[in-house]
Amino acid sequence: MDADQDRPLTGGDAPPIIRIRGVTRRFGGTTALDGVDLDIGRGEFFCLLGASGSGKTTLLRAIAGLETLDSGTITVDGDDMTGWPAYRRPVNMMFQSYALFPHLSVEKNVAFGLQEERRPRGEIRERVQETLDLLEMGALGARKPHQLSGGQRQRVALARALVKRPKILLLDEPLAALDKKLRERAQAELVSLRERIGITFVVVTHDQEEAIGMASRIALMRDGKLVQVGQPRDLYDAPSSRYVADFFGAANLFAGTVAGVTGGIATVDSGEAGADLRALCDGQSAGAAVTVMVRPEHIRLARARPAHANAMTARVGALSFLGSFYACELTLPTGKSVRARLSPLEFEAAGRPAQGDESHVWWEPAAARMLSQ
Amino acid sequence: MTRLFPLSMLAFGYAFLYLPIAVLMIYSFNDNRLVTVWSGFSTRWYGELFRNAQIGDALWLSLRVAAVSATASVLLGTMAAFAMQRIRRAAGRGAFEALAMAPLILPEVLTGLSLLMLFVMLSEAIGWPASRGATTITLAHITFGTAYAIVVIRARLSQLDPRLEEAAADLGATPWRTFVRVTLPLLVPAIVAAWLLAFTLSLDDVVIASFVTGPGASTLPIVIYSSVRLGVSPQINALATLLVVGVAMLIATAMLTLWRAERRSAP
Amino acid sequence: MNGGTGAARKIVLGFPLGWMLLFTLLPALVVLAISFTEKRLGAPPFTPLLVPGEGLLPDLNASGDNYALIFSDSLYIQAFAGSIRIAAVSALITLLIAYPMAYALARVRTGLRTPLLVLVVLPFWTSFLIRVYAWSSLLNSNGVINTLLLDTGLIAEPLPLLNTEFAVHLGIVYSYLPFMVLPIYAVLERLDWTLLDAASDLGAKPARAFFRVTLPLSMPGIVAGLLLVFIPALGEFIIPDLLGGSDTLMVGPVLWNEFFGNNDWPLAAALAMLLLVAVLVPAALVYRLARRAEVAT
Repeated sequence: MDADQDRPLTGGDAPPIIRIRGVTRRFGGTTALDGVDLDIGRGEFFCLLGASGSGKTTLLRAIAGLETLDSGTITVDGDDMTGWPAYRRPVNMMFQSYALFPHLSVEKNVAFGLQEERRPRGEIRERVQETLDLLEMGALGARKPHQLSGGQRQRVALARALVKRPKILLLDEPLAALDKKLRERAQAELVSLRERIGITFVVVTHDQEEAIGMASRIALMRDGKLVQVGQPRDLYDAPSSRYVADFFGAANLFAGTVAGVTGGIATVDSGEAGADLRALCDGQSAGAAVTVMVRPEHIRLARARPAHANAMTARVGALSFLGSFYACELTLPTGKSVRARLSPLEFEAAGRPAQGDESHVWWEPAAARMLSQ
Repeated sequence: MTRLFPLSMLAFGYAFLYLPIAVLMIYSFNDNRLVTVWSGFSTRWYGELFRNAQIGDALWLSLRVAAVSATASVLLGTMAAFAMQRIRRAAGRGAFEALAMAPLILPEVLTGLSLLMLFVMLSEAIGWPASRGATTITLAHITFGTAYAIVVIRARLSQLDPRLEEAAADLGATPWRTFVRVTLPLLVPAIVAAWLLAFTLSLDDVVIASFVTGPGASTLPIVIYSSVRLGVSPQINALATLLVVGVAMLIATAMLTLWRAERRSAP
Repeated sequence: MNGGTGAARKIVLGFPLGWMLLFTLLPALVVLAISFTEKRLGAPPFTPLLVPGEGLLPDLNASGDNYALIFSDSLYIQAFAGSIRIAAVSALITLLIAYPMAYALARVRTGLRTPLLVLVVLPFWTSFLIRVYAWSSLLNSNGVINTLLLDTGLIAEPLPLLNTEFAVHLGIVYSYLPFMVLPIYAVLERLDWTLLDAASDLGAKPARAFFRVTLPLSMPGIVAGLLLVFIPALGEFIIPDLLGGSDTLMVGPVLWNEFFGNNDWPLAAALAMLLLVAVLVPAALVYRLARRAEVAT
C-alpha cells in the first residue's frame, strides 16, 4: 500500500479540474444523484465506486454531458458545463460496452473524433497511428471491431477516446468485459498509461479491489450520495461507517458503548463481544454508541489464553485453506461469529487449530477502529 | 417427439412449398399448347412472351410503379420508425403504431375499396386526382409499402446500441453528423431490405391495383390475373417462371445481406 | 436518440403521420360514410350523405338499409360464416403442418437454421398470385394431379379438385404456412431444452414431456400463428376466386362482386365495414399479445 505515495493527489491549493456542486438527477420516482459535491484534482486517477444503482455511472455520464441535470453544476477546468452538449465538452469517454462503430475499421473508429474536429488529413493519420502504437494496436488498424478479441477492443475504445487529447478521460467499468487474467494486466496498464500521458482519469467500477489497486482517490457512492471520499488506505483502514467497512472487504464489527478513553485508546463495552474491547479512539467520548471494526487479517489466534487486551475464548468453526492464507470462522461465547485470516506461519504458531477446537482470539488495540455510524 | 417425425414433416413442408412452383416451371418448357400434355422441351412460350406487347407494357408500368412506391415507402418508413422511437407518451405512440400498422392487417379488398372511394371523393371535392391510373396505384402502394418498411427498419433501429450514438456525440459529432456517420450507415441493410420488400409487394399486388386503377393502366398482375381467370396458359407459365426466379433471387439476396450485417454488428 | 432540431423532428413525425391520416384513416371514414348511402345510377353511384338543409347546417341523409339487407339476406350471412369457418379450419390445418416443421427447424444445427428458415420464408415473398395460380393448374380436371392419377389407373374419372372448398383450404394453408412456422419457431428457438431433460429426469416419457412442457411453453407462438393465418384468410379474395367453387361463399369475393359486378358501392362499403370489425377483433388480440411479449422481455 506504500504505492500510494507514487500516485498523484489533488494538489493542495491548485484548483480542481472537475468541480461538482449540488448535482441532482431524478429518473421518474428514483433519485440517481442526490446533491453530489465533489472535487477531482488535475492528474488524478479517480475512482467512482459503488454497487449497481448507486449513481456512479449516472455521475460519469453527467460529466460527459450524456445526462441532463435537474439541478447543480459541473465545472471542467474552470468552464461551467451547464448547457454544453456532449459533443462540445473537452472530455471523452470509454464506454463499458466499448461502443465501437461496427461498420468502421479500427483506424476509422479512432479517426472519428478527429474528423469531427475537421483536422487536416495528415494530422489525423499521424495521431491515429501514434495512439494505436501507444496502445500496441498499430498493426490492427484495418480490422473491423468484430475481428478483434475483447482485450483488443478495449484498447481501440481507449485509443478512440485518447486520440482527442481530452482534459479528462472518463472510463465506465473499463475492465468489466475482460476475463480475470487479462483484467489484472489491463489494470496495471491503465495506471501506467495515465502516468505517461498525464491527464485526469475518472473511472467507474463496482469492484473495490480494482478501485484500491488503481485509484489515487476513491469516492464510494450509495443511493446517489457520496458516502466517503479519500485515498484507498483511508477507506480501508478508517471507514466512516459500517457500510464502508463492509464494502471494502470483510470486517468484524462489534456494537458497543465507549466506557472511557486513555491515551488515545478507548475502552468499549460491547455486549456482542461479551467483553471490554480496546480500540483506537477517533475523537469519541465516553457514553457514545460506536462500532468497533477489526479486519480479519488483524485477528490473531492462540491455543493458550494470551495476556493481551481484546483476548477472548472462541470455538473454531469452518476452516479453509485458500492458497496464500487460511480463512477461519470462529464463534465467541456470546454466539457472535468472528472471521480471521491467518498466514500459514500464523496458522502454525496458533498450534494448527482444527474445527471444534477451543481457542483464543485477540488483536492489537491499534488495529481496531471505532466507527460512529 | 422423436426426431424422425419432425424431420420428415420438414421435408414434406419444403416439398409442399416448392413442388407446385417447380411443376409450373417445368411445364413452362412444354412444347404443347395443352398445358398438361407433355410433348417435348421447348422455349417457344418464352419467345411468344417476349413478343407480347401487352405484357411488355404491363411489366414496364409495374416496374415503374414498384420502384417509385418502394422508394417513397422507405423514406416514409424510415421517418416513421424514428418518430416512433421519439414519442414518449405511451398513448400517442400506441395510436401512431396502430395507424401505421393498419395496412398490414386490413384485408386487401378493404384497402382497395377504401382508397378508391377516397380518390373518387377527393376528385369530386377538389378535382384531384383528375383520373385514376399509375398515380393512384402508386399512392396506394406507398401506403402499404410504408407499413412493411416500418416493420423492417424499426426492428433494426431497436437493435442498434444507443451507446453508439452517445459515443459519436462524445467524440464531437453533432446530432445530424451522428445520424449521417453512425445511424444511417448501420440502417442501410434494413433500408435496402425494406426497399426490396416494398418493391416486390408492389409488383405482386392485384387486388388493390384493380380497385384504384383506371382505364388504360393495367399492371402486370392485373394482366396475369385476367388471363388466369380464363384458364391455364403456357405463356403465363413462362412469365410466372421468370417472375418467381427473379423475385426469389432479389429477396434471397436481401435476406442474406441483412442476416450478414446483423451478424457483423453483433458484438 | 439523437436530439435534432425542432423543425427536423416535426418533419420526421409530421410527414408520415399526415400520409397515414390521409391514406389510411380518411379512406376508412369515407367507406363508413358511403356505407350509409344508397345506390343510384350516375357518378358517383351513390346518394350524397349530406343534403342541403333549411338553415346553414346540412341535413344528414343516412340510411341503414345496406346493413339491414346484409343481416337479412342469407347470402351475406353465409358469406361471413363461410369466411370465418374456412379461415379457422385452414388455420388449424396450417398449425398441424407448421408445428413439426418449426420444431425440426429449432433442433437442427445452428449453422443450418438460417438457410432453412430463408427457404420457408422465400415463397411468401414470391408472387402470391402465381403461387395460387400454380395450384389451380395442378388441381385442374386435366391438371397434373388428375393426369397422373388417370395414367396410373388409380382413378377412372378426373377427381373434382378445383373449384371446391378443399382447394380453398389448400390454397390458404399453402400461402400462409410461413406465418405459422415463424412465430412457433421463434418460441421454440428460445426454449430451454434442458427443461425436457429435467422432465425426463423427473420420470416423464418423451411424449408426456412434450405435452406437459414443450407444448404449453410454445402456446404464445401457436396463438400468434393461428391469428396471423386467420386474419388474412378472413378477407381473402384471390384464393377463393381462383380455387373456390360457386358454393364456396366468402366475404372477399362477395364484396368484389357487389362492387365490380353490381356496381353497388354502398353495399360493398357496408360489407367492408363489417369485414373490418371482423378483422379488428383478432387483430386487437395480436396487438395485446405482442404488447405483453414486449413487456415481458
